[in-house]
Amino acid sequence: MAEPALSIRGLTKVYGNGFEALKGIDLDVGQGDFFALLGPNGAGKSTTLGIVCSLVQKTAGQVKIFGIDIDKDFAKAKYHLGVVPQEFNFSQFEKVEDIILTQAGYYGMSMKEAKPRSDRLLKDLGLWDKRSGAARMLSGGMKRRLMIARALIHRPKLLILDEPTAGVDIELRRSMWEYMRRINREEGTSIILTTHYLEEAESLCRNIAIINRGEIVKNTSIRELLTELDTETFLLDLAAPVETLPVLDGFELERVDAQQLSLSVRKGTSLNDAFEQLSAQGIKVLSMRNRANRLEELFVSMTSQPDASSDIDGAPSTSAKETAS
Amino acid sequence: MNNRQLLISLWTMVVKEIRRFLRIWPQTLVPPSITMTMYFIIFGNLIGSRVGEMHGISYMSYIVPGLIMMSVITNSYSNVASSFFSNKFQRSVEEMMVSPMPNWVILGGFVIGGAARGLGVGLIVTLVSFFFTDFSLHHPLLTLSVVIMTALLFSIAGFINALLAKKFDDISIIPIFVLTPLTYLGGVFYSIDLLPDVWQNIAMINPILYMVNAFRYGILGISDIPVTGALIAIAVFIVVFWSLALWMLNRGKGIRS
Repeated sequence: MAEPALSIRGLTKVYGNGFEALKGIDLDVGQGDFFALLGPNGAGKSTTLGIVCSLVQKTAGQVKIFGIDIDKDFAKAKYHLGVVPQEFNFSQFEKVEDIILTQAGYYGMSMKEAKPRSDRLLKDLGLWDKRSGAARMLSGGMKRRLMIARALIHRPKLLILDEPTAGVDIELRRSMWEYMRRINREEGTSIILTTHYLEEAESLCRNIAIINRGEIVKNTSIRELLTELDTETFLLDLAAPVETLPVLDGFELERVDAQQLSLSVRKGTSLNDAFEQLSAQGIKVLSMRNRANRLEELFVSMTSQPDASSDIDGAPSTSAKETAS
Repeated sequence: MNNRQLLISLWTMVVKEIRRFLRIWPQTLVPPSITMTMYFIIFGNLIGSRVGEMHGISYMSYIVPGLIMMSVITNSYSNVASSFFSNKFQRSVEEMMVSPMPNWVILGGFVIGGAARGLGVGLIVTLVSFFFTDFSLHHPLLTLSVVIMTALLFSIAGFINALLAKKFDDISIIPIFVLTPLTYLGGVFYSIDLLPDVWQNIAMINPILYMVNAFRYGILGISDIPVTGALIAIAVFIVVFWSLALWMLNRGKGIRS
Protein backbone atom coordinates (compact mmCIF):
# COMPACT_ATOMS: atom_id res chain seq x y z
CA MET A 1 0.00 0.00 0.00
CA ALA A 2 1.33 3.42 -0.95
CA GLU A 3 2.56 5.62 1.88
CA PRO A 4 0.22 8.54 2.59
CA ALA A 5 1.34 11.88 1.21
CA LEU A 6 1.12 13.14 4.77
CA SER A 7 0.87 11.12 7.93
CA ILE A 8 0.59 12.78 11.33
CA ARG A 9 0.57 10.93 14.63
CA GLY A 10 0.12 12.39 18.09
CA LEU A 11 1.14 15.86 16.96
CA THR A 12 1.30 18.25 19.88
CA LYS A 13 2.31 21.86 20.06
CA VAL A 14 2.55 23.89 23.23
CA TYR A 15 3.69 27.46 22.71
CA GLY A 16 6.02 29.26 25.08
CA ASN A 17 3.12 30.99 26.82
CA GLY A 18 1.63 27.60 27.71
CA PHE A 19 -1.08 27.66 25.03
CA GLU A 20 -1.73 24.14 23.76
CA ALA A 21 -2.38 24.69 20.07
CA LEU A 22 -2.42 20.99 19.11
CA LYS A 23 -3.49 18.21 21.44
CA GLY A 24 -1.99 15.10 19.88
CA ILE A 25 -3.74 15.03 16.52
CA ASP A 26 -3.66 12.14 14.03
CA LEU A 27 -4.20 12.77 10.34
CA ASP A 28 -3.60 10.99 7.05
CA VAL A 29 -3.75 12.53 3.60
CA GLY A 30 -3.61 10.00 0.79
CA GLN A 31 -1.49 10.31 -2.33
CA GLY A 32 -3.31 12.23 -5.05
CA ASP A 33 -5.95 13.45 -2.62
CA PHE A 34 -7.47 16.92 -2.61
CA PHE A 35 -7.89 17.41 1.11
CA ALA A 36 -9.52 20.20 3.08
CA LEU A 37 -8.33 21.11 6.55
CA LEU A 38 -10.96 23.34 8.07
CA GLY A 39 -11.37 25.02 11.39
CA PRO A 40 -12.10 28.36 13.00
CA ASN A 41 -9.29 30.84 13.52
CA GLY A 42 -6.96 29.66 16.24
CA ALA A 43 -8.13 26.05 15.88
CA GLY A 44 -4.65 24.79 14.98
CA LYS A 45 -4.70 24.63 11.16
CA SER A 46 -1.78 26.95 10.55
CA THR A 47 0.19 25.44 13.43
CA THR A 48 -0.27 21.97 11.90
CA LEU A 49 0.80 23.12 8.46
CA GLY A 50 3.59 25.24 9.96
CA ILE A 51 5.04 22.13 11.60
CA VAL A 52 4.74 20.15 8.37
CA CYS A 53 6.74 22.75 6.46
CA SER A 54 9.23 23.49 9.27
CA LEU A 55 8.09 26.99 10.16
CA VAL A 56 6.90 25.86 13.59
CA GLN A 57 8.69 23.49 15.96
CA LYS A 58 6.55 20.66 17.24
CA THR A 59 6.45 19.74 20.90
CA ALA A 60 5.76 16.05 20.34
CA GLY A 61 4.49 13.62 17.75
CA GLN A 62 5.49 12.28 14.38
CA VAL A 63 5.12 13.74 10.90
CA LYS A 64 5.87 11.74 7.77
CA ILE A 65 5.81 13.14 4.24
CA PHE A 66 5.55 10.33 1.68
CA GLY A 67 6.88 8.01 4.37
CA ILE A 68 9.85 10.21 5.25
CA ASP A 69 9.99 11.10 8.93
CA ILE A 70 10.77 14.82 9.22
CA ASP A 71 12.78 14.14 12.36
CA LYS A 72 15.06 11.82 10.42
CA ASP A 73 15.46 13.52 7.04
CA PHE A 74 13.55 16.77 6.83
CA ALA A 75 15.62 17.98 3.85
CA LYS A 76 14.54 14.97 1.78
CA ALA A 77 10.93 15.37 2.87
CA LYS A 78 10.98 19.04 1.91
CA TYR A 79 11.68 18.16 -1.73
CA HIS A 80 8.14 16.77 -1.89
CA LEU A 81 6.56 19.86 -0.36
CA GLY A 82 5.31 23.04 -1.98
CA VAL A 83 3.89 25.69 0.30
CA VAL A 84 1.55 28.58 -0.43
CA PRO A 85 1.17 30.41 2.85
CA GLN A 86 -1.66 32.58 4.03
CA GLU A 87 0.36 35.81 4.05
CA PHE A 88 2.53 37.17 1.28
CA ASN A 89 6.03 36.05 2.15
CA PHE A 90 8.27 37.16 -0.68
CA SER A 91 10.46 40.20 -1.07
CA GLN A 92 8.19 42.87 -2.50
CA PHE A 93 11.17 44.51 -4.18
CA GLU A 94 12.34 41.51 -6.20
CA LYS A 95 11.28 40.92 -9.76
CA VAL A 96 8.49 38.38 -10.20
CA GLU A 97 10.62 36.02 -12.26
CA ASP A 98 13.59 36.32 -9.90
CA ILE A 99 11.42 35.24 -6.97
CA ILE A 100 10.51 32.01 -8.75
CA LEU A 101 14.01 31.30 -10.06
CA THR A 102 15.57 32.03 -6.68
CA GLN A 103 13.22 29.52 -5.08
CA ALA A 104 14.31 26.98 -7.71
CA GLY A 105 17.91 27.67 -6.73
CA TYR A 106 17.08 26.96 -3.09
CA TYR A 107 16.05 23.47 -4.20
CA GLY A 108 19.31 23.03 -6.09
CA MET A 109 17.72 23.35 -9.54
CA SER A 110 20.06 24.65 -12.21
CA MET A 111 19.02 27.66 -14.26
CA LYS A 112 18.83 25.44 -17.36
CA GLU A 113 16.24 23.29 -15.62
CA ALA A 114 14.41 26.07 -13.77
CA LYS A 115 13.97 28.65 -16.53
CA PRO A 116 11.63 26.64 -18.84
CA ARG A 117 9.62 25.48 -15.84
CA SER A 118 9.35 29.05 -14.56
CA ASP A 119 8.30 30.31 -18.01
CA ARG A 120 5.55 27.73 -18.15
CA LEU A 121 4.25 28.52 -14.67
CA LEU A 122 4.30 32.25 -15.37
CA LYS A 123 2.25 31.67 -18.52
CA ASP A 124 -0.14 29.17 -16.91
CA LEU A 125 -0.83 31.49 -14.01
CA GLY A 126 -1.23 34.63 -16.10
CA LEU A 127 1.91 36.35 -14.83
CA TRP A 128 3.97 36.28 -18.01
CA ASP A 129 3.49 39.96 -18.83
CA LYS A 130 4.45 40.93 -15.28
CA ARG A 131 7.55 38.77 -15.01
CA SER A 132 10.05 41.63 -15.21
CA GLY A 133 8.25 43.94 -12.80
CA ALA A 134 8.74 44.20 -9.04
CA ALA A 135 6.42 41.95 -7.02
CA ARG A 136 5.03 44.94 -5.12
CA MET A 137 3.42 46.18 -8.35
CA LEU A 138 1.21 43.10 -8.61
CA SER A 139 -2.43 43.06 -7.57
CA GLY A 140 -3.43 40.93 -4.57
CA GLY A 141 -4.68 38.11 -6.80
CA MET A 142 -1.50 38.12 -8.84
CA LYS A 143 0.59 37.97 -5.69
CA ARG A 144 -1.32 34.85 -4.67
CA ARG A 145 -0.69 33.31 -8.07
CA LEU A 146 2.98 34.23 -7.79
CA MET A 147 3.15 32.25 -4.55
CA ILE A 148 1.51 29.28 -6.27
CA ALA A 149 4.03 29.46 -9.14
CA ARG A 150 6.86 29.69 -6.64
CA ALA A 151 5.55 26.70 -4.69
CA LEU A 152 5.29 24.57 -7.84
CA ILE A 153 8.68 25.39 -9.37
CA HIS A 154 10.37 22.24 -8.02
CA ARG A 155 7.45 19.96 -8.95
CA PRO A 156 6.33 19.06 -5.42
CA LYS A 157 4.21 15.97 -4.90
CA LEU A 158 2.37 17.57 -2.00
CA LEU A 159 1.08 21.13 -2.27
CA ILE A 160 -0.08 22.95 0.84
CA LEU A 161 -2.43 25.84 0.15
CA ASP A 162 -3.18 27.92 3.22
CA GLU A 163 -6.17 30.07 2.29
CA PRO A 164 -4.94 30.59 -1.28
CA THR A 165 -8.00 32.50 -2.45
CA ALA A 166 -8.46 34.88 0.47
CA GLY A 167 -9.19 38.33 -0.88
CA VAL A 168 -9.36 37.15 -4.46
CA ASP A 169 -12.31 38.15 -6.63
CA ILE A 170 -14.77 35.47 -7.72
CA GLU A 171 -13.65 35.23 -11.34
CA LEU A 172 -10.03 34.84 -10.39
CA ARG A 173 -10.92 32.46 -7.60
CA ARG A 174 -12.69 30.17 -10.02
CA SER A 175 -9.76 30.23 -12.43
CA MET A 176 -7.46 29.32 -9.54
CA TRP A 177 -9.79 26.45 -8.61
CA GLU A 178 -9.59 25.19 -12.16
CA TYR A 179 -5.81 25.36 -12.07
CA MET A 180 -5.66 23.49 -8.77
CA ARG A 181 -8.02 20.84 -10.06
CA ARG A 182 -5.83 20.46 -13.14
CA ILE A 183 -2.57 19.92 -11.27
CA ASN A 184 -4.33 17.51 -8.92
CA ARG A 185 -5.90 15.56 -11.79
CA GLU A 186 -3.19 15.71 -14.46
CA GLU A 187 0.01 15.79 -12.43
CA GLY A 188 -1.28 13.75 -9.50
CA THR A 189 -0.21 16.44 -7.02
CA SER A 190 -1.69 15.82 -3.59
CA ILE A 191 -3.19 19.02 -2.27
CA ILE A 192 -4.04 20.13 1.25
CA LEU A 193 -6.24 23.18 1.34
CA THR A 194 -7.27 25.36 4.22
CA THR A 195 -9.96 27.87 3.50
CA HIS A 196 -12.71 29.89 5.09
CA TYR A 197 -14.79 29.53 1.92
CA LEU A 198 -16.61 26.30 2.62
CA GLU A 199 -18.07 26.37 -0.84
CA GLU A 200 -14.48 26.11 -2.05
CA ALA A 201 -13.78 23.05 0.08
CA GLU A 202 -17.02 21.40 -1.00
CA SER A 203 -16.33 22.09 -4.64
CA LEU A 204 -12.67 21.06 -4.74
CA CYS A 205 -11.93 18.52 -2.06
CA ARG A 206 -12.66 14.82 -1.74
CA ASN A 207 -11.71 14.42 1.90
CA ILE A 208 -11.88 16.70 4.86
CA ALA A 209 -10.71 17.12 8.42
CA ILE A 210 -12.23 19.64 10.77
CA ILE A 211 -10.00 20.82 13.56
CA ASN A 212 -11.23 22.69 16.57
CA ARG A 213 -9.32 23.76 19.65
CA GLY A 214 -6.32 21.68 18.70
CA GLU A 215 -8.27 18.48 18.11
CA ILE A 216 -9.56 16.79 14.98
CA VAL A 217 -13.32 16.69 15.43
CA LYS A 218 -14.08 15.11 12.06
CA ASN A 219 -12.01 13.32 9.45
CA THR A 220 -13.95 11.81 6.58
CA SER A 221 -14.89 12.26 2.93
CA ILE A 222 -16.92 15.28 1.92
CA ARG A 223 -19.62 12.95 0.56
CA GLU A 224 -19.92 11.07 3.86
CA LEU A 225 -19.93 14.29 5.78
CA LEU A 226 -22.76 15.77 3.79
CA THR A 227 -24.91 12.70 4.43
CA GLU A 228 -24.72 13.63 8.10
CA LEU A 229 -26.53 16.84 7.41
CA ASP A 230 -29.92 16.40 9.16
CA THR A 231 -31.52 19.61 8.16
CA GLU A 232 -31.13 21.97 5.26
CA THR A 233 -32.46 25.49 5.40
CA PHE A 234 -33.77 27.32 2.36
CA LEU A 235 -34.76 30.92 1.87
CA LEU A 236 -37.97 31.40 -0.09
CA ASP A 237 -38.64 34.68 -1.89
CA LEU A 238 -42.37 35.27 -2.10
CA ALA A 239 -44.38 36.95 -4.83
CA ALA A 240 -46.42 38.92 -2.28
CA PRO A 241 -45.96 39.87 1.37
CA VAL A 242 -47.48 37.61 4.01
CA GLU A 243 -49.04 39.13 7.10
CA THR A 244 -48.96 36.01 9.28
CA LEU A 245 -46.53 33.12 9.33
CA PRO A 246 -48.03 30.16 7.47
CA VAL A 247 -48.05 26.82 9.25
CA LEU A 248 -46.76 23.83 7.28
CA ASP A 249 -47.24 20.28 8.46
CA GLY A 250 -43.85 18.56 8.87
CA PHE A 251 -41.75 21.66 8.25
CA GLU A 252 -40.34 24.47 10.33
CA LEU A 253 -40.94 27.88 8.90
CA GLU A 254 -39.60 31.26 10.03
CA ARG A 255 -40.44 34.70 8.78
CA VAL A 256 -37.33 36.57 7.68
CA ASP A 257 -39.31 39.57 6.48
CA ALA A 258 -42.71 40.19 4.91
CA GLN A 259 -41.66 38.69 1.57
CA GLN A 260 -39.12 36.11 2.66
CA LEU A 261 -39.46 32.88 4.62
CA SER A 262 -36.90 30.50 6.01
CA LEU A 263 -37.82 26.84 5.47
CA SER A 264 -36.07 24.03 7.38
CA VAL A 265 -36.26 20.64 5.68
CA ARG A 266 -35.27 17.46 7.48
CA LYS A 267 -33.34 14.77 5.65
CA GLY A 268 -35.70 12.49 3.68
CA THR A 269 -38.52 15.01 3.55
CA SER A 270 -39.82 15.95 0.11
CA LEU A 271 -39.76 19.62 -0.80
CA ASN A 272 -42.84 19.00 -2.95
CA ASP A 273 -44.90 18.65 0.23
CA ALA A 274 -43.84 22.08 1.38
CA PHE A 275 -44.64 23.70 -1.98
CA GLU A 276 -48.01 21.96 -2.16
CA GLN A 277 -48.94 23.29 1.28
CA LEU A 278 -47.75 26.78 0.43
CA SER A 279 -49.73 26.73 -2.84
CA ALA A 280 -52.81 25.56 -0.96
CA GLN A 281 -52.48 28.62 1.29
CA GLY A 282 -52.19 30.89 -1.75
CA ILE A 283 -48.52 31.65 -1.23
CA LYS A 284 -46.51 31.88 -4.42
CA VAL A 285 -42.76 31.27 -4.25
CA LEU A 286 -40.66 33.13 -6.83
CA SER A 287 -37.24 31.77 -6.00
CA MET A 288 -35.40 29.62 -3.50
CA ARG A 289 -31.80 29.31 -2.34
CA ASN A 290 -29.79 27.65 0.41
CA ARG A 291 -29.63 29.74 3.54
CA ALA A 292 -26.01 28.68 4.01
CA ASN A 293 -23.58 26.44 2.22
CA ARG A 294 -24.37 22.84 3.24
CA LEU A 295 -20.89 22.21 4.52
CA GLU A 296 -21.04 25.47 6.38
CA GLU A 297 -24.01 24.27 8.40
CA LEU A 298 -22.15 21.14 9.44
CA PHE A 299 -19.02 23.11 10.16
CA VAL A 300 -20.83 25.51 12.44
CA SER A 301 -22.54 22.68 14.27
CA MET A 302 -19.25 20.88 14.84
CA THR A 303 -17.17 23.82 15.89
CA SER A 304 -19.60 26.09 17.68
CA GLN A 305 -19.43 25.89 21.43
CA PRO A 306 -20.67 28.39 23.98
CA ASP A 307 -17.39 30.29 24.11
CA ALA A 308 -15.98 29.26 20.76
CA SER A 309 -15.48 32.02 18.27
CA SER A 310 -15.86 30.86 14.73
CA ASP A 311 -15.53 33.41 12.02
CA ILE A 312 -17.21 31.29 9.40
CA ASP A 313 -20.10 33.35 8.26
CA GLY A 314 -23.38 31.55 8.42
CA ALA A 315 -25.26 34.34 6.72
CA PRO A 316 -27.40 33.62 3.67
CA SER A 317 -25.16 32.95 0.75
CA THR A 318 -24.96 30.84 -2.33
CA SER A 319 -21.91 32.66 -3.60
CA ALA A 320 -18.60 32.74 -1.81
CA LYS A 321 -18.52 35.04 1.14
CA GLU A 322 -15.31 36.44 2.45
CA THR A 323 -14.64 36.31 6.13
CA ALA A 324 -11.83 37.71 8.19
CA SER A 325 -8.81 35.51 8.50
CA MET B 1 21.14 17.64 -1.30
CA ASN B 2 24.12 16.48 -3.29
CA ASN B 3 27.22 18.66 -3.65
CA ARG B 4 26.09 20.16 -6.94
CA GLN B 5 22.72 21.12 -5.48
CA LEU B 6 24.42 22.59 -2.42
CA LEU B 7 26.63 24.71 -4.65
CA ILE B 8 23.65 25.88 -6.70
CA SER B 9 21.70 26.84 -3.57
CA LEU B 10 24.69 28.67 -2.06
CA TRP B 11 25.30 30.48 -5.35
CA THR B 12 21.61 31.41 -5.49
CA MET B 13 21.80 32.89 -1.99
CA VAL B 14 24.93 34.87 -2.80
CA VAL B 15 23.54 36.20 -6.09
CA LYS B 16 20.32 37.20 -4.36
CA GLU B 17 22.24 39.11 -1.69
CA ILE B 18 24.53 40.85 -4.18
CA ARG B 19 21.56 41.70 -6.40
CA ARG B 20 19.88 43.28 -3.38
CA PHE B 21 22.65 45.72 -2.52
CA LEU B 22 23.31 46.53 -6.19
CA ARG B 23 19.59 47.23 -6.70
CA ILE B 24 19.68 49.86 -3.95
CA TRP B 25 23.18 51.17 -4.74
CA PRO B 26 22.28 54.79 -3.88
CA GLN B 27 21.71 53.55 -0.30
CA THR B 28 24.46 50.95 -0.09
CA LEU B 29 27.42 52.03 -2.19
CA VAL B 30 27.27 55.79 -2.63
CA PRO B 31 26.86 57.07 0.97
CA PRO B 32 29.92 55.28 2.41
CA SER B 33 32.00 56.49 -0.51
CA ILE B 34 30.94 60.09 0.07
CA THR B 35 31.50 59.83 3.84
CA MET B 36 34.99 58.43 3.35
CA THR B 37 35.81 61.13 0.80
CA MET B 38 34.87 63.67 3.46
CA TYR B 39 37.20 61.94 5.94
CA PHE B 40 40.02 62.10 3.40
CA ILE B 41 39.43 65.79 2.72
CA ILE B 42 38.87 66.96 6.29
CA PHE B 43 40.95 64.63 8.45
CA GLY B 44 43.56 63.58 5.93
CA ASN B 45 44.07 66.74 3.94
CA LEU B 46 43.07 69.74 6.06
CA ILE B 47 43.77 68.56 9.62
CA GLY B 48 46.31 65.92 8.59
CA SER B 49 48.62 68.51 7.01
CA ARG B 50 48.99 70.06 10.49
CA VAL B 51 49.35 66.73 12.31
CA GLY B 52 52.46 65.83 10.39
CA GLU B 53 53.78 62.28 10.26
CA MET B 54 52.81 59.22 12.26
CA HIS B 55 55.35 56.41 12.53
CA GLY B 56 57.28 58.26 9.83
CA ILE B 57 54.36 58.18 7.40
CA SER B 58 52.19 61.10 6.26
CA TYR B 59 48.97 61.32 8.26
CA MET B 60 46.89 60.94 5.09
CA SER B 61 48.61 57.67 4.21
CA TYR B 62 48.39 56.54 7.84
CA ILE B 63 44.60 56.82 8.02
CA VAL B 64 43.87 55.23 4.61
CA PRO B 65 44.03 51.59 5.83
CA GLY B 66 41.91 52.46 8.87
CA LEU B 67 39.26 54.16 6.79
CA ILE B 68 39.13 51.29 4.30
CA MET B 69 38.77 48.85 7.19
CA MET B 70 36.10 51.01 8.82
CA SER B 71 34.08 50.90 5.58
CA VAL B 72 34.48 47.15 5.31
CA ILE B 73 33.41 46.57 8.92
CA THR B 74 30.35 48.81 8.92
CA ASN B 75 29.11 47.77 5.48
CA SER B 76 29.57 44.03 6.00
CA TYR B 77 27.76 44.25 9.30
CA SER B 78 24.91 46.49 8.23
CA ASN B 79 24.33 44.63 4.96
CA VAL B 80 23.62 41.31 6.63
CA ALA B 81 21.81 42.86 9.58
CA SER B 82 19.39 44.79 7.39
CA SER B 83 19.04 42.16 4.69
CA PHE B 84 18.28 39.28 7.03
CA PHE B 85 16.03 41.37 9.21
CA SER B 86 14.12 42.54 6.11
CA ASN B 87 13.72 38.89 5.18
CA LYS B 88 12.32 38.22 8.64
CA PHE B 89 10.11 41.28 8.50
CA GLN B 90 8.71 40.46 5.05
CA ARG B 91 8.62 36.78 6.02
CA SER B 92 10.57 35.88 2.91
CA VAL B 93 12.91 34.01 5.23
CA GLU B 94 10.20 31.33 5.04
CA GLU B 95 11.16 30.76 1.40
CA MET B 96 14.49 29.49 2.65
CA MET B 97 13.15 27.65 5.66
CA VAL B 98 10.70 25.51 3.68
CA SER B 99 13.41 24.56 1.20
CA PRO B 100 15.82 21.66 1.74
CA MET B 101 18.81 24.03 1.99
CA PRO B 102 20.84 23.28 5.08
CA ASN B 103 21.20 26.13 7.56
CA TRP B 104 24.91 26.50 6.89
CA VAL B 105 24.10 27.35 3.28
CA ILE B 106 21.61 30.01 4.37
CA LEU B 107 24.14 31.47 6.80
CA GLY B 108 26.94 31.18 4.24
CA GLY B 109 24.87 32.93 1.58
CA PHE B 110 24.12 35.91 3.78
CA VAL B 111 27.69 36.10 5.08
CA ILE B 112 29.31 35.95 1.64
CA GLY B 113 26.80 38.50 0.35
CA GLY B 114 27.56 40.84 3.25
CA ALA B 115 31.30 40.38 2.80
CA ALA B 116 30.87 41.15 -0.91
CA ARG B 117 29.32 44.50 -0.08
CA GLY B 118 31.93 45.26 2.58
CA LEU B 119 34.75 44.43 0.17
CA GLY B 120 33.03 46.29 -2.67
CA VAL B 121 32.74 49.46 -0.61
CA GLY B 122 36.30 48.91 0.63
CA LEU B 123 37.46 48.79 -2.99
CA ILE B 124 35.58 52.00 -3.82
CA VAL B 125 37.14 53.74 -0.81
CA THR B 126 40.57 52.46 -1.88
CA LEU B 127 40.05 53.90 -5.35
CA VAL B 128 38.91 57.23 -3.84
CA SER B 129 42.01 57.30 -1.63
CA PHE B 130 44.22 57.31 -4.74
CA PHE B 131 42.98 60.86 -5.40
CA PHE B 132 44.60 61.91 -2.11
CA THR B 133 47.65 59.72 -1.64
CA ASP B 134 49.72 56.95 -3.19
CA PHE B 135 50.57 53.68 -1.53
CA SER B 136 51.65 50.22 -2.49
CA LEU B 137 50.88 46.99 -0.69
CA HIS B 138 53.61 45.96 1.69
CA HIS B 139 52.25 42.43 2.15
CA PRO B 140 49.51 41.84 -0.48
CA LEU B 141 48.53 38.38 0.73
CA LEU B 142 48.30 39.48 4.35
CA THR B 143 46.30 42.57 3.37
CA LEU B 144 43.85 40.49 1.40
CA SER B 145 43.55 37.83 4.12
CA VAL B 146 42.88 40.37 6.86
CA VAL B 147 40.29 42.34 4.91
CA ILE B 148 38.41 39.22 3.77
CA MET B 149 38.44 37.66 7.23
CA THR B 150 37.25 40.91 8.80
CA ALA B 151 34.44 41.24 6.25
CA LEU B 152 33.35 37.66 6.98
CA LEU B 153 33.54 38.16 10.74
CA PHE B 154 31.38 41.27 10.76
CA SER B 155 28.92 39.75 8.32
CA ILE B 156 28.41 36.88 10.76
CA ALA B 157 28.05 39.36 13.62
CA GLY B 158 25.42 41.25 11.61
CA PHE B 159 23.55 38.00 11.04
CA ILE B 160 23.44 37.26 14.78
CA ASN B 161 22.17 40.79 15.42
CA ALA B 162 19.40 40.32 12.83
CA LEU B 163 18.42 36.92 14.23
CA LEU B 164 17.93 38.44 17.67
CA ALA B 165 16.31 41.65 16.45
CA LYS B 166 12.59 42.07 16.92
CA LYS B 167 12.25 45.53 15.37
CA PHE B 168 14.24 47.73 13.01
CA ASP B 169 15.67 49.73 15.93
CA ASP B 170 17.38 46.58 17.15
CA ILE B 171 19.60 46.39 14.09
CA SER B 172 20.87 49.94 14.49
CA ILE B 173 21.65 49.83 18.23
CA ILE B 174 24.79 47.70 17.94
CA PRO B 175 26.29 49.62 14.98
CA ILE B 176 25.66 52.99 16.67
CA PHE B 177 26.52 52.22 20.26
CA VAL B 178 29.10 49.46 19.91
CA LEU B 179 30.59 49.23 16.44
CA THR B 180 31.18 52.92 15.75
CA PRO B 181 32.88 53.70 19.09
CA LEU B 182 35.04 50.57 18.87
CA THR B 183 36.03 51.47 15.32
CA TYR B 184 36.90 55.07 16.21
CA LEU B 185 38.84 53.84 19.24
CA GLY B 186 40.43 51.06 17.20
CA GLY B 187 43.33 53.12 15.91
CA VAL B 188 41.76 54.26 12.66
CA PHE B 189 42.92 57.85 13.14
CA TYR B 190 45.85 57.47 15.53
CA SER B 191 48.51 55.17 16.86
CA ILE B 192 47.80 53.86 20.34
CA ASP B 193 51.33 54.95 21.23
CA LEU B 194 49.81 58.40 21.59
CA LEU B 195 47.54 57.22 24.40
CA PRO B 196 48.50 57.23 28.10
CA ASP B 197 49.53 53.79 29.39
CA VAL B 198 46.21 53.07 31.06
CA TRP B 199 44.26 53.79 27.88
CA GLN B 200 46.73 51.80 25.82
CA ASN B 201 45.96 48.77 27.98
CA ILE B 202 42.24 49.38 27.64
CA ALA B 203 42.58 49.80 23.88
CA MET B 204 44.25 46.39 23.67
CA ILE B 205 40.96 44.66 24.51
CA ASN B 206 39.29 46.25 21.48
CA PRO B 207 39.21 43.55 18.76
CA ILE B 208 38.90 46.14 15.99
CA LEU B 209 42.32 47.53 16.95
CA TYR B 210 43.85 44.22 15.87
CA MET B 211 42.07 44.19 12.53
CA VAL B 212 42.91 47.79 11.68
CA ASN B 213 46.56 47.34 12.65
CA ALA B 214 46.96 44.03 10.85
CA PHE B 215 45.49 45.62 7.73
CA ARG B 216 47.69 48.70 8.14
CA TYR B 217 50.70 46.43 8.46
CA GLY B 218 49.76 44.71 5.21
CA ILE B 219 49.61 48.04 3.39
CA LEU B 220 52.18 50.24 5.12
CA GLY B 221 54.32 47.74 7.03
CA ILE B 222 53.66 49.37 10.42
CA SER B 223 51.54 48.11 13.32
CA ASP B 224 50.91 48.81 17.01
CA ILE B 225 50.34 45.12 17.76
CA PRO B 226 51.81 41.71 16.78
CA VAL B 227 50.21 40.81 13.43
CA THR B 228 50.27 37.04 13.84
CA GLY B 229 48.32 37.31 17.06
CA ALA B 230 45.81 39.53 15.29
CA LEU B 231 45.30 37.00 12.51
CA ILE B 232 44.78 34.18 14.98
CA ALA B 233 42.35 36.31 17.00
CA ILE B 234 40.27 37.13 13.91
CA ALA B 235 40.21 33.46 12.87
CA VAL B 236 39.10 32.40 16.36
CA PHE B 237 36.37 35.05 16.40
CA ILE B 238 35.14 33.81 13.01
CA VAL B 239 34.91 30.22 14.23
CA VAL B 240 33.17 31.22 17.48
CA PHE B 241 30.69 33.60 15.84
CA TRP B 242 29.96 31.18 12.97
CA SER B 243 29.29 28.37 15.42
CA LEU B 244 27.06 30.61 17.52
CA ALA B 245 25.10 31.85 14.49
CA LEU B 246 24.61 28.32 13.16
CA TRP B 247 23.54 27.03 16.54
CA MET B 248 20.97 29.81 16.83
CA LEU B 249 19.74 29.15 13.31
CA ASN B 250 19.44 25.41 13.97
CA ARG B 251 17.42 26.17 17.09
CA GLY B 252 15.20 28.49 15.07
CA LYS B 253 16.07 31.40 17.34
CA GLY B 254 14.10 34.45 16.22
CA ILE B 255 12.56 32.75 13.20
CA ARG B 256 10.62 29.70 14.41
CA SER B 257 7.87 29.66 16.98
